[in-house]
Amino acid sequence: MSIDKIWVLAEVADGKPITASLELISHAKTLASTVEAVAYGEETSAIAGTLGEYGATTVHDVGDLGGALPGVPVAGAIAAAIDAGSGPDAILFPATYDGRDIAGRLSAKIDKPVLTNVVGLVAGDGGLVTQHAIFGGAQTATAHFTGDGPGLFVIRAKSFPAEASGGGPAEVVAAPAPESGASNAAKIVARHVEERTGPKLDEADVVVSGGRGLGEKDNYALIEELANLLHGAAGASRAIVDAGWVPYSHQVGQTGKTVKPTVYVACGISGATQHLVGMKNSKNIVAINKDQDAPIFSVADLGIVGDVHKVLPKLIEALKARS
Amino acid sequence: MNVVVCVKQIPDPAAPAALDPETKNLSRAGKLILDDSDAYGVEMALQLVDKAGEGEVTLVSMAPNGETSGLRTALAMGAAKAILISDDILAGTDALGTAKVLAAAIKRAEPDLILAATESTDGYTGTTPVQVAELLGLPSVTFAKKVEVDGNSVKVERQTESGYDEVESPLPALVTVTAGVVEPRYPSFKGIMAAKSKPVENLTVADLGLDASQVGVPGARQEIIEVADSDERGSGEVVVDEGDGYERIIQFLEQLKVL
Repeated sequence: MSIDKIWVLAEVADGKPITASLELISHAKTLASTVEAVAYGEETSAIAGTLGEYGATTVHDVGDLGGALPGVPVAGAIAAAIDAGSGPDAILFPATYDGRDIAGRLSAKIDKPVLTNVVGLVAGDGGLVTQHAIFGGAQTATAHFTGDGPGLFVIRAKSFPAEASGGGPAEVVAAPAPESGASNAAKIVARHVEERTGPKLDEADVVVSGGRGLGEKDNYALIEELANLLHGAAGASRAIVDAGWVPYSHQVGQTGKTVKPTVYVACGISGATQHLVGMKNSKNIVAINKDQDAPIFSVADLGIVGDVHKVLPKLIEALKARS
Repeated sequence: MNVVVCVKQIPDPAAPAALDPETKNLSRAGKLILDDSDAYGVEMALQLVDKAGEGEVTLVSMAPNGETSGLRTALAMGAAKAILISDDILAGTDALGTAKVLAAAIKRAEPDLILAATESTDGYTGTTPVQVAELLGLPSVTFAKKVEVDGNSVKVERQTESGYDEVESPLPALVTVTAGVVEPRYPSFKGIMAAKSKPVENLTVADLGLDASQVGVPGARQEIIEVADSDERGSGEVVVDEGDGYERIIQFLEQLKVL
C-alpha cells in the first residue's frame, strides 16, 4: 500500500486548530504527497489559512454539528467520502476526547482496525509503520496493518513537532454528515468552561504534579501554589485522580496527558510505568519522594529524598520571598 | 432499569507485565483480576439501578481460559450475573474484534444502559466502547464524570479540554466513565459468598453467531513487527533532604533559567 494521500482530523479550540492536529499535518507532509484536513464546527473557513500554512491543501468541512457530539456525524462524513471514492490511504487522529470517539466510530462503521497510542509513524516497505511506547516507555513496539486501507491511527500529542511550511490557505470543500439516526441522538445541552489560571497542562513550560505521597486531598493546594509561583500547570498521578482528589483533566500518564515541559516536578509520585510514559520525555525532571528506591528517581535529573510535606512549604516560602 | 457493564479481567498491574515472545501479545497466563478502571462502572451501575428501584446489573467480559476471578469481584460488589465469552480463537483479538464480540453478547442482555471504562489499564486502546456503540447503532457519551438517569434519558457531564459539557441522550445508550467518579464499594463477606453462586453464562464465538475470521489474529489485520528496548533516560543526582532540599531545587531551576 503506497501512501499518496493522508487526511488529518483538525480539531478546533478557541477559534484555532489545536496544536496536536498541526503536529499531525506537519508530519503527514513528510509521508505523503497530498495532505488534507477534516474539520467540523462553525469556524472552518477561519482556520483554512492556518491549516494551509502547515501543509494541508484541502479541508473537508463537515460543518456545524447542531449540538451533536462529533463522533457519529464526523465519522459518517468521512465514511461517505471514502464510499464516494475520494478517501485517503491513511487518516490521522489526535488522541483527544473527540479524536478517539471519531476514530472508534469510523473504525466500526467501515470495518477497519485502528492503531492507537501511536508515538511515531514512518514509511515502511508495505505502508506506514507505527511506534508505540509500552511498559512505561521502557520498550518500543513497532506495528503495521496487514489488510487494505485506509489505515486509522490515533496519535498521542507531542509525538512530532508542529512546523509551518508556508503553504497558502487550504481549499474548503463541504463534506456534510449523512443522516445517522438513533446513534446520533446524544446532544450537548450546555458547555461549562472551568476557570484556569496559568498555562494549559500540555503546553506549560513547567509542570508540577502531585501523587499519593501528598497524603490527603487538601495538600494538593501545595501543588497548585507551587505551579502558580513557577508560572506552570498543575498535574497529577493516576492514583490521586482515581481517589477523586483532582479531576481527570489533570492526569499525566498513559491514561492521561503526555507532557514535555522544560521542567517537570514530581511530588510524592512513586513513578509507576503508567505515570512515566506521560512525562519521561520532559527536558528536565525534579522528583521529591520519601522512598529512595522509588522508580521516579531513575528518570530524575535532580532527586530529593525527603518528605513533600516538609520540602514543598519551604520551597513555596522561598519562592514567595523572591517574587 | 437493566445496566450492562463491560468489564475486563487483566493481569495484576502491580506485577511486571510481559509480552509473549512468539506472538508478541500481552501475556495473560497468570491469574487475572478485575481492572480497577472497571470498578467505577460497576459501582455507578449499582447506584443507578438502586435509584431506579428496579432492574439489575449484568457484566459482560471477554477473557481467555474461562477466567472468572475478576468477574467474581464485580459480582461480589453486587452485580446480578455475568456473560463471559471465552474461546481459544480469541487470542490476538484487537479492539474492533473485541467490540464485535462484546456487542453481540450485550445484545442478548437487552440493556437500557451500557457502561464501560474510558480505557483498560493493560491495553488502553480506548476505542472499544465507542466501537461497541457503533456496532449496536446506539448513541454514546465518553469521558463521563457524572451520570444521572431520568426516565428514558441519561444526563452526563462529559469531560472536555476546557471544562465539561452537559450531554443528554435517550436510552438505550453507552456511557464511558472516568476513574474517580464514584467510590467503588468493597465487596462484603456476604457479597463474596453470594458471588460464588451467581450465574455466569459461558459463550463461545460461534454461540454469538460471529465468524472466526472476525476475531483473533485474522480479524485484527495488524501485527507487531518488533519490540525493542527504548533509549534509557539516565538518572542524575539524588540527594537526601537535610532541611535544605528546597535550596537544591531552587539552584536547579536557576540553572535552567526557569527562575
